Formats: sequence, structure tokens, C-alpha cells
Amino acid sequence: MIVESGMILLPFAGAVACFLVSGRTRILAALTASLFTSAAAAATVLQVFTHEEMRIPLGGWPQPLGIQLHIDGLSVVFLLMSAVVGLMVSIYSSVFFARQTEERHFWPLWLLLWAGLNSLFMVSDIFNAYVVLELVTICAAALAVLSGKVESLKAGLRYFLIAMAGSLAFLLGVGFLYAETGMLDMFALGEEVTGSLPLAVSFGLMTAGLAMKTALLPFHFWLPPAHGEALAPVSAVLSALVIKASFYLLLRLWAGVFEPAISVYAAQTIGFLGMAAVLWGSYQAVIQSRLKLVIAYSSVGQIGYLFLLFPLVFAVQETTWAAQAWTGGVYHAVSHALAKAAMFMAAGNLIIATGNDRIDYMRNVVGSLPLTTMSLGLAGISLMGLPPSGGFVAKWMLMKAVFASGQWWWVIALVFGGLLTAAYVFRILGHAFESGDRRKPMRPVPLILETVPLILALGSILIGFRAEEVIFLLEERMLWEIPGGNSP
Amino acid sequence: MNLNFWLPVLVLCSSLATGLIIFFLKEKQSALRTSLNLIGASFKVVAVHYMAYRLLVLGEIHEASFSMGLGFDFLLRVDFLSLMFLALSSNLWLVTTLYAVGYLEGSANRSRFFGFFSLCVAASTGIALAGNLITFFIFYEFLTLTTYPLVIHRESTAALEAGRNYLWYTISGGSVLFVGIVWLHVLTGPFNFTDTGVLEALGSDRHLTLIFIFALLIMGLGVKAALVPLHGWLPVAMIAPAPVSALLHAVAVVKAGAFGIVRVVFDVYGQHFAGYLGLLEPLALVATITIIFGSVRALMQTDLKKRLAYSTVSQVSYITLGAALLAPFSTVAAIVHLAHQGIMKITLFFCAGNIAETLGLHKIRELDGVGRRMPLTSVMFTVAAFGMIGVPPVAGFISKWYLGLGGLEAGQNWVIGVLMLSSLLNAAYFLPIVHSLWFKKPEIPWKELRKSRLEAPWTLLLPALVTAVMSVLACLWADWIWSPLGVARQIAAGMGVYP
Repeated sequence: MIVESGMILLPFAGAVACFLVSGRTRILAALTASLFTSAAAAATVLQVFTHEEMRIPLGGWPQPLGIQLHIDGLSVVFLLMSAVVGLMVSIYSSVFFARQTEERHFWPLWLLLWAGLNSLFMVSDIFNAYVVLELVTICAAALAVLSGKVESLKAGLRYFLIAMAGSLAFLLGVGFLYAETGMLDMFALGEEVTGSLPLAVSFGLMTAGLAMKTALLPFHFWLPPAHGEALAPVSAVLSALVIKASFYLLLRLWAGVFEPAISVYAAQTIGFLGMAAVLWGSYQAVIQSRLKLVIAYSSVGQIGYLFLLFPLVFAVQETTWAAQAWTGGVYHAVSHALAKAAMFMAAGNLIIATGNDRIDYMRNVVGSLPLTTMSLGLAGISLMGLPPSGGFVAKWMLMKAVFASGQWWWVIALVFGGLLTAAYVFRILGHAFESGDRRKPMRPVPLILETVPLILALGSILIGFRAEEVIFLLEERMLWEIPGGNSP
Repeated sequence: MNLNFWLPVLVLCSSLATGLIIFFLKEKQSALRTSLNLIGASFKVVAVHYMAYRLLVLGEIHEASFSMGLGFDFLLRVDFLSLMFLALSSNLWLVTTLYAVGYLEGSANRSRFFGFFSLCVAASTGIALAGNLITFFIFYEFLTLTTYPLVIHRESTAALEAGRNYLWYTISGGSVLFVGIVWLHVLTGPFNFTDTGVLEALGSDRHLTLIFIFALLIMGLGVKAALVPLHGWLPVAMIAPAPVSALLHAVAVVKAGAFGIVRVVFDVYGQHFAGYLGLLEPLALVATITIIFGSVRALMQTDLKKRLAYSTVSQVSYITLGAALLAPFSTVAAIVHLAHQGIMKITLFFCAGNIAETLGLHKIRELDGVGRRMPLTSVMFTVAAFGMIGVPPVAGFISKWYLGLGGLEAGQNWVIGVLMLSSLLNAAYFLPIVHSLWFKKPEIPWKELRKSRLEAPWTLLLPALVTAVMSVLACLWADWIWSPLGVARQIAAGMGVYP
């Protein structure tokens, strides 16, 4: 129990410490907090992997009075993802900010955000889920405007408004649910849900609210400016982790609470939105002229893949392919997190070196920043879903589920999404290889800043080799029965 | 140490590790880089031949598998077919490395070049060793990624354009192949190349799906094998340095596609089952069109490398044609042409590279009288060109002979007509080159780009000499059981189709 609550308390304490102290001490405190948080997450993962899923009553109060933490396979996969990305972001930021003024605000906000994410991945009560989701949103919006430039303020404000609208819709949904069932615990709710109208409204509101925060297609417009204008480590956090938080909650709600009441139409609709997002986002990424906008639009496209999970997993009862799609979708979320964090940090390096992130300016980058180019390339391979990489594993499982279920139309998203992804990844790499007069001499980039994205990019490739453990966690260590999967 | 497990792994790692280490070498450490390259390549040649000895003489089965946790294994397995491709790629890697060292002497970005060059060879090794379709696919895509930096090596706008073109073709092909492979696995579950008859057992209600999947697989593989109309990337990719073109055409990319088609026809569907489904006739038709079309286009080219490129389009389809004819002799022809086309085409590219590097000549009309200045190069070019036409005693004759026999045996007499027409066209586009090399007087003064005691640096001459001699010996000693033909016969016998 100490370890598990440590994942929330440690970054929280770190945030407070970073607020109080300054200079070298602050970086030391932040790094210590990050390291221990990640260690706690690793310990929890190991615990769940070797033993079983956990339910921890906080403060010793039993249900329904007390607050519970629920930690199962899905939670630990996301916890581990945040631990790896979070630790790398902290290391990167400790050099990136190098005692600039933004540093004072960055560390407390980032650690607080991390605490929020970790609690979100363990929460079992939907009202508490709302509270920590708000915490995550506020920290994320504040981080997005950290640089203080006009563009980033505009983008951040728009992000904040949309996210707030999403939260309100979610809260309204919680209200309906509570009024109808009188319960807030996701576990207990799962047994009460029927197809009544108030519940359908609540389901729609919560889904719409979370889709807004996850930037699913009609609500995607806030993401590219917000992620593209933020500072490199912030963009990495926003793209890799923050949008995954609302996606995680969506998965929990669909699989745990509303599963019996989900109609085929709802699942197909959200799948089609996902497909549209894949095609539109990836196409937009191809035509952007700034590197960070390419990467940001790529997020819009890649998020679309995640929503292909819903029509394949839900909507049809008792199927054999649902488990494949379930694991494939979650796998994609994880490998996207690693790859995207790597890409945003690599883009940050390019900005340090050349002063801006226009793709035309990226001449001969391969010669002066070989490790950064390699990170972009490796992360790109994972995004394209080429073997062997995490993206390939995800694509393999999703594609298998697509054919097994006979819903062949999703092939369009998987194939053309992959091709468009290849188009923008190789557009970046092509410019990186282009020789020619450098307009300005490049500034040197510290080795640590080059290494961190490389580690993440390598990670997104290497998780393609050990899918077995993750599949085990996602299929055998669940608190809820996943559709078509093995028993809980 | 369990050699049956470790030998395939070592063979794969010999080029993989070489490539990865070379990336970290400084540009100036050229002596270290060259020795590493040559050590890696020589080690691989030795290891491959030792493995061949163990398989062919001692009958050991080499296998290394690793669970990916997705319901399939990452499987490296050595059978006769992979041995053929391995022997080809390891030997040609060695000579091409030597050639590339000479060719790129003093140019920029050599660490990057040799790094990707070795990785590219590692990919083709993996393709040879792959024991099931998924492992094959993994290396097939790896090959795409590792050849891209080689194609754009010159970093010029034209090179980048060619690279983009190459990627569009290969990545699209890869996606189609991926769809086919996944679909096949959904139907059958995991299976290896050795599990023949898996598809036959599926039942007749699946036959339409199987036909569709076959079309997907061939479309995916046909891009790299340069089947018309999927060949467009190949002539454009000629912008790459000569050793890259040589390797792409002889061993790596084009051959990977052809090898994949051979695997799909023989080891996934099984030739008889494919024939039963009626898949072989369309495949033979596509191959025939490619053979004729490639030759006609080659005739129209004025650039030497482009003409060679279209010649590759045409020649590689002999392999596909051989696989598509239901007869033992044509099976032998398909397999033996994998090797024969490799050694002959690489000789031609080496010679073209020599002429371009030494005298700066690229166009065919500039080649008048080059035989006086570079006799050895011209002799080797002539030998390989005769081989391509199918004149004995060069390797190409054997391939065409067996292909013709196979056509007769399968009752497809039109194959003879195709062969004659194609040989005529081969002669029409190669003989003028040979004629101008030897019998015309030079009209323009040559530039002397490189000074050396011989007609060209020895690193450029020796590799071409080795492969030219190999192409002649492959025909003269064809009856020896370890010649390419001998091995191809044994493979066909192993499949139970050749007596």
C-alpha cells in the first residue's frame, strides 16, 4: 500500500519541494522525486505481474465509504508507460531548461501532473476520476502556455476551454449516472447498468467529454496548435501521456461500466470517427511545413487508431477476436507514447540547433545531429507500424481482429494510415539527409538531450520483441472481464 | 555450443553487427572500417559454407527460433533454398564490399554508407534464413528501410526524388503484403515454410479467399521483384552509386522479391495446389509480359545503367516464369537463375561503374572504342552480356535451357517462343554495346578521372573479374553437384519434383 500511494504522494511532495526551493536544489529534488516515482511504479508492475491485481482501500475505510485504489493489468501498463516517459522527460528537462525562467513553473506543474496521471490510472470511483482529470487538465493547460509567447497563449486558452467543456460534459454524465443508480464506484456500477434512457444520455455525455479531451476527430482542432507551440518536453508530456489519460478513462468506462449497454451503432460510429481521424490527421501531417506541427497532426492520426479498438472489442458479444483488438489497441497507445515523446524531444533538439523547426531548414541534420535523426527515424518506424516495433505488434493484432471479425472496412484506416505516416516520416528524414549550404552554423546540443529521445525511440522499437508479458497483463490480470478474453 | 542454433544466428549477426559498429566509426578511420567490413564479409562466407557442409553432407538441421508472444515464432531455418540465396549473398557481399571500398575512396559519408550497406546485407540474409512468412516479412521491410539511405546517398535533389519514389513503391507493396499475410494467418493460424499442405487442408469454400490472398501476396512481392506494372521504381533508383545498384539488382532488393515469390509458390501454397487453384497461368502471363516489356524498354534506353536496369526487370522475371510453370525442369531453372542472374548482372554493373569512374562515360553512344583503353573491363562486360543473351558457355545459357525444357515438359510450348523473342531482344540491346566497345573508334577524348597503373584501380577490377569467372564456371562445371545447377537440382529433388 505504501508503494502504491507513493506513486501519487512522491511526485506531489516533489512538486511542493520544487515550489519552495530553487536553483540546483530544485533540479535535485525533482529528479529524486521522478526516480522514486518510477521505481514505485516498477515495483507495482512487478507485484501485479507476479501475484495478482489489487484493490487497496485508502485510509482503511471499507467500501462504500472509503476511497479505493484499483490496480490491474490495464492500470499497470499505463503506469509503467508514464513512469518511463516521465522519468525521461524529467532527465531531459533538467538539461533543457538550464536555469531559464520557465523552470520555476515547469517542475511543480509537471510533477503535479504526474501525480494526477498516476492517480487517474488507479482510481475506481468516477467522481474521483473527474477530480483527478481536472487536476491533469489544469496542469496540462498551464504547462502548454509556459513559454509565454502569444501563439502559445492563444493555443493554450483554446485547449483549456475545450478541455473544460469536456470535463463539464463528463461531470454531467457522472451526475446522471449517480441520479439513476446511486453509486459512483465503477465496480459496483458495472452490475447495475441497463439500457435506460438516462443511462444512455450519461454514456453519451461521458464519452463525448472524454473524446474532446482525447482530441478525437471533430474535436481535434485544439491539439495541433497547443502541442505544436508548447516547449519540447511539455509537448512530449501532452502528446504521450495527457491524451492517453482520457483515453484510459474511456476504456475503463466502456469495458467496465457500460459494456452491457453498448450498441453496435455507438461502437461503429466511434470507430468511423477514429478512421476519419487517422486519414485526416495523417494527411494534415504530410502537408505541414513545421516539424512540430507535423508531429502534432501525427498525434491526431495516431489517436484515431486507438478508437478502432471500440468496434472490434464491443458491440458483439462473446467473440474470440475481441481480446486481440483490446491488446492491440492498448499496445498502440503505449508504443505511440514512447515514439511520440521521442519525436517531440528530438524536434526540441533541432530547435536548439537551428533556431526554428521549419522542415526546409533541416538540411544536413544527419551529419551534425546523427543521434537525433536516428531517434526520429526509429520513432517513425514504430509509428508506421513496420516490423519489428511496438507499432507493428499493435497493427498486427488489430489487423488480425479486423479480418477475424469480418469488419474489413477498417483495413482502409490501417493501410492508408500507415502509408500517410510513411509519407510524413520520410519527408522529415529526406530533408534531414539533404546536403547543401547551411544557412547558419548549428548550435551544439548537449549529449543528454540527444540520448534521451534515442532511448525512448529504441524503447518503442524494442517493446515489439516482448509482447508476451504485456499481453499477459492485459488479458490475465484484469479486474473486469474483458469481452472475449480470458476470465478475470 | 549448439551449432545448429548458433550458426544461423552468427551468419545473420556477422553483417548486422558489422553495420552497427561501423556507424560509430569516425569518417577518417577508413582502414579500420575497411578491415571490419572485409572481416565481417569473409567470416560470413566461411560460416555460410561451413553451414552448407553441415547441412548437405552431415544432414544437420539448423534452426533458431524465438517466441514473439503473438502466436508466432521468429524463426531462422536453413533449407536448401535459403542456402542457395545465402551463398549468393555472402559471396557477392564480399566482392561488392571490395568494390565499394575502391569506388567510394575519398568521398563523403562513408561510415553511413557502409553501415547501411551491411545492414542491407543483413536484411537479405534474414530473408534467406526466414523460416516462415512473418519472419520473411520482418526482414523484407527491414530491407526497404536500409536501402533507402543507400539510394539517396548522393544527397542530390534527383537522388532524394528517386528515394521518395522508391519508398512509395516499396512501402505500398509492403502494406499490401502485410494485409495478405495477416489474412492468411487468420485463416490458418501460424505455420512455417516446411508445413506444406496447410492451405490445401482448408476446404474448398476457402478457395476464393485463397486466390485473393495469393493476388495480394504477389502484388506485394511483385513491387520488389519489379513485375510490370510495378517496376517503375527500379530505373529511377539507378541514381545510386554503382555498388549499390549492383547489390540491389543482383542480391538484395530485386532478388528478395523474386525469392519471396518462389517461397510463396513452392513453400506456402505448394506448386501443385497453386496450379489447382488456377493461379500459375496468370502469374506466368505477368512474368512473360514483364520479360518482353523490360527488354523492349531496355532497347530504348540511351543511358548504360538505365539499360541494365530494364534488363534486370526482364531477367528477374525468368525466375517468376520458372516458378509458374508446373514442371521439374522449370523449377530448377527458377532456382538456378536466382544465382545466375545475380553473378552476371553484378558483373555488368561493376563494369559500368568502372567505365563511369575511370573515364566518366555514362551514355551508350560515348562507349565507342573503350575496349582499347580498358580491355579487361570490356572482356568481362562482353562475357556477362553474352551470358544474359544466353550464349554458352556462360551461366545464362543454363537457365534458359532449363526454362525451355520446363516449358516443353509442362506442355506450354509458347515458352520457347517467349525465350527466343527475349533472347533476340537481349542480343539487340547488348550486342551494339559490345560492338561499340571493341570495333568503333573513339570520337571524343576521354577524361581520366582516376590515375592507376592498371586500366582501373585493382579494387574495381578484381570483383568484376571474380564474378565474370564465376559466371563462366557456373556453366562449364554445371554438372558438378555443388554448382548452382547441381544445388538447384537437389532442391527440386528435395521438393519431390525432380528425379
